[in-house]
Amino acid sequence: MAPEQTTAVLEAEGLTKHFPVRGAGRDVLRRGAAVHAVDDVALSLHRGRVTALVGESGSGKSTVARLLAQLQTRTGGAVRLHGKDVTVHGGRRFRAYCRSVQLIFQDPFASLNPVHTVRYHLTRALRVHGHAGRTARELEEALTDLLGRVRLTPAEQYLAKFPHELSGGQRQRVAIARALAARPEVLLADEPVSMLDVSIRLGVLNLLRDLKEQLSLAVLYITHDIASARYFADETLVMYAGRLVEGGESETVTQSPAHPYTRLLIDSAPDPERIGSAQRAELDEDDLGEPPSLVTPPAGCRFHPRCPHAMERCTTELPPRFEVSGKQWAACWLYDNGSPAPAGES
Amino acid sequence: MSDAVLELKDLSVDYGVGESAVHAVRNVDLTLHRGEVLGLAGESGSGKSTLAYGMTRLLAPPGVVAGGSVLYNAAGEEPVDVLRLTDAELRRFRWAQTAIVFQGAMNSLNPVHRIRTQLTDVIRAHEPDTRPAERLDRARELMSLVGIPEDRLESYPHQLSGGMRQRVMIGMALALRPQIVVMDEPTTALDVVMQRQILSRLVKLRERFDFAVLFITHDLSLLAEFSDRIAIMYGGRIVESSPSADLYRDPLHPYSRGLLGSFPALRGARRELTGIPGSPPDLRAMPAGCTFHPRCPLAFDPCARRRPPLAATSPARDVACWLHATPDTED
Ligand SMILES: Nc1ncnc2c1ncn2[C@@H]1O[C@H](COP(=O)(O)OP(=O)(O)OP(=O)(O)O)[C@@H](O)[C@H]1O
Ligand SMILES: Nc1ncnc2c1ncn2[C@@H]1O[C@H](COP(=O)(O)OP(=O)(O)OP(=O)(O)O)[C@@H](O)[C@H]1O
Ligand code: SF4
Ligand code: SF4
Ligand SMILES: [Mg+2]
Ligand SMILES: [Mg+2]
Repeated sequence: MAPEQTTAVLEAEGLTKHFPVRGAGRDVLRRGAAVHAVDDVALSLHRGRVTALVGESGSGKSTVARLLAQLQTRTGGAVRLHGKDVTVHGGRRFRAYCRSVQLIFQDPFASLNPVHTVRYHLTRALRVHGHAGRTARELEEALTDLLGRVRLTPAEQYLAKFPHELSGGQRQRVAIARALAARPEVLLADEPVSMLDVSIRLGVLNLLRDLKEQLSLAVLYITHDIASARYFADETLVMYAGRLVEGGESETVTQSPAHPYTRLLIDSAPDPERIGSAQRAELDEDDLGEPPSLVTPPAGCRFHPRCPHAMERCTTELPPRFEVSGKQWAACWLYDNGSPAPAGES
Repeated sequence: MSDAVLELKDLSVDYGVGESAVHAVRNVDLTLHRGEVLGLAGESGSGKSTLAYGMTRLLAPPGVVAGGSVLYNAAGEEPVDVLRLTDAELRRFRWAQTAIVFQGAMNSLNPVHRIRTQLTDVIRAHEPDTRPAERLDRARELMSLVGIPEDRLESYPHQLSGGMRQRVMIGMALALRPQIVVMDEPTTALDVVMQRQILSRLVKLRERFDFAVLFITHDLSLLAEFSDRIAIMYGGRIVESSPSADLYRDPLHPYSRGLLGSFPALRGARRELTGIPGSPPDLRAMPAGCTFHPRCPLAFDPCARRRPPLAATSPARDVACWLHATPDTED
């Protein structure tokens, strides 16, 4: 969805991950059963652009990030950095890959080692990636520069601190600084702000946006907060039960969602007009349906058991991607032949 | 409004003692009514979790309750001060009457046991007379309540996503049909469909079983929709307490207004996000006067010198701010 863009920095095609499950209850599970966590995901990340990946809890977002970062082996599909296939494990090419593609985790409390200072964490990252310089002064400059980038200044004030002496937002910035120490081209941020409170959240998100501009980073921003995707991402992808179901320009996807699941997601967003128990009672949550089993995912469109527009073919045939407009696609039979949704607004 | 089930009076909680003590919760008066959902919101470090642990006596050292009382009114019984219960009485009280979902609880499931085992064990510990089949049924029911497919009962915690683990913890808290449910940031890792689903189920259950919920979060937008009343905390004190709709439409305290302005909105025109300038106060060196004054865009003459008391501006609304002080407000 980025026609004017140059080629992608990082691309995935047919990305698939099945986790085998063993020794489980006899009624549902049998030998060879697996959790279909990610199926046939295709995406591409571009320089200087933020791509948001939103979707249901358990839909496979973190797994996609871990597969892209090569922290887990994929069951199928390809990952390409600058058009070159990446299947290496260990060795120099693998290290080069890890340098280019950095992952930031959701939990700023768990991602830093509590017994080490900020100086230790950053120095170590600089050394590992060969950016520590040759002299003590060059190292000091590199450290100051890193903390400056994440706006923890003056640097001296933070270098000697231990993680527990920092607030959640400061910790997350240290984690970002550590990722930047590798001078990556791609930043995979897995829910970087969901543990942070609103006032800090905004600061970290603005920081990510500035970094993307200054350093021309390609950013994958994983979140369950679709409103923040509207504000901070150029492109938004929506995931449901292991598959991508919609994608396109963020403003378009959030303001006129095409896929019935995306519509459900948008309709469920907090609405100040529906305040207090009285009005709320009318909203029946049972209409929202249940997330499907990923061990025995529904055939055809995985959303069909919950979809208000489900048709005969939805229960058997998997919908491919259909263009909805130049700025948006959806994997839904409603858009077959490019015809607009007959059901209109939900 | 129904009657009070829990009344906090002048509750203060410190970390440590003497000179170096951190005054994390200061002179809090707060009432939880039967069957009510009370939201507690505020920035990180404002004392929300400390308040929850203090009132249930779950504080870990160096945390100490420095003063105040917590009155619990069981239906048809004499009120008891939770802070003065013996340890044996406390154990009974805690398990039968209150359930807590801790912040970050998703990391506290036992990694070596299946979800099924952990759920049925909790039920067995409290209702030893139940049969295994019955316990399994209850476990299934709880999982469906929090939207986890039944076939995941056999999973180990590491096989579940972050949000799924969080939902298991919510299910566990409800397993015992408590009178008071305290939830500390229970839905931070969940998408909105799931959040809405869990919250509205919680609301329905409380109508059925008549329990009260104290819901702690920094996500004011959802809180506004699902809670009856919201209390806003800043620097260890309650600075505003109002019915949700009033608070959302017309926040009185400048800090409440700042919190509401920090959310990206999904609907309507894109607007500039203001956030709250400055950083949270250092609890060891609290600003004099109104503790919010160094960050307050509306600070004026008395703010740096005198602390505004929490006072009623209407029967249902309390605020601690000189802008809303009435002539008879005392220092
Ligand atoms: N090691 C594993 N073994 C078995 N199943 C797993 C494993 N890791 C993840 N899964 C399953 O894969 C699915 C996708 O998980 P993932 O963590 O990617 O979801 P997510 O979209 O990041 O969810 P959340 O928003 O809750 O973090 C889930 O059903 C999860 O239970
Ligand atoms: N064990 C401790 N020792 C000293 N100070 C502590 C301790 N635990 C918490 N504090 C301090 O008490 C204050 C209140 O912490 P609390 O965890 O109650 O905040 P909170 O409002 O729940 O924040 P969050 O939204 O981040 O969970 C914070 O300033 C914190 O640094
Ligand atoms: S393909 Fe069918 S079931 Fe799936 S979202 Fe579209 S209409 Fe609904
Ligand atoms: S009392 Fe003064 S400083 Fe405090 S919130 Fe009100 S106007 Fe602002
Ligand atoms: Mg995840
Ligand atoms: Mg807390």
